[in-house]
Amino acid sequence: MSAIQTVPLNWYLLLSTVLFTIGVLGVLFRRNAIIIFMSIELMLNAVNLLLVAFSSYLSDAKGQVFVFFIMAVAAAEVAVGLAILMMVYRNTKSSDINILNKLKW
Amino acid sequence: MITTYLFYFLSFLAIMFALMVVFSKNPVHSVLYLVLTFFTIAGHYVLLNAQFLAAVHIIVYAGAIMVLFLFVIMLLNLNKETEPHKSVWLKASAAVASGLLLVVLVGSLKSAETIVATNAFDPNIGLIENLGKVLFSEFLLPFEVSSVLLLVAMVGAVMLGKRSIK
Repeated sequence: MSAIQTVPLNWYLLLSTVLFTIGVLGVLFRRNAIIIFMSIELMLNAVNLLLVAFSSYLSDAKGQVFVFFIMAVAAAEVAVGLAILMMVYRNTKSSDINILNKLKW
Repeated sequence: MITTYLFYFLSFLAIMFALMVVFSKNPVHSVLYLVLTFFTIAGHYVLLNAQFLAAVHIIVYAGAIMVLFLFVIMLLNLNKETEPHKSVWLKASAAVASGLLLVVLVGSLKSAETIVATNAFDPNIGLIENLGKVLFSEFLLPFEVSSVLLLVAMVGAVMLGKRSIK
């Protein structure tokens, strides 16, 4: 028995919208660069959940294959991003995102 | 229906743990709450008949990515005392902005048309056999390109992590 037969697709839309918004809230709310990174992971996972829900609902395996690619890209992004954060920390002794405010201009 | 109750339970847990990620003061606690969020999302995948994807999700996210985060946080020795804080006004405006985004998204989804499934429901779609067939026939080129992407990311991380680049 699958949840998609008993739970309407709109509930999954709503759930992943809420998770995505919590990710946006984390990016805006915190100043620690690592927490901001984690919020971005949360947003990626909200999209993954929606892709799986649609794929299960439409009985199409392509959506789940897309989730694999998103996972691969997320792993690559995290490896490079955390290396950049380590380098920033080594030079500034802080993980505060405001140190990087020269990137604004 | 038990799946409906499980859906509500897992959704409640996922949203609560996600909020705890954002609001907990200690970065290590944030990472641990994010791991719990990923476990609830894996539970959703199982409910959606995507068993293989649930296993991969736990292995990749909870097993690899979150351990990487935990290592970096412990290497940088981040804790509650070193945590930078925004002013109250910035925090309030962040909460208002994301709340408005939620209202806009939910409002636009409310008026969206409901999608009708065209194919008959197939419970075997998330099993490894089906996914492997699609991945290695239709998506073979993107699969190989993503391996190059992972190699580039590995080389890039090592280059950035070196102490001095001549």
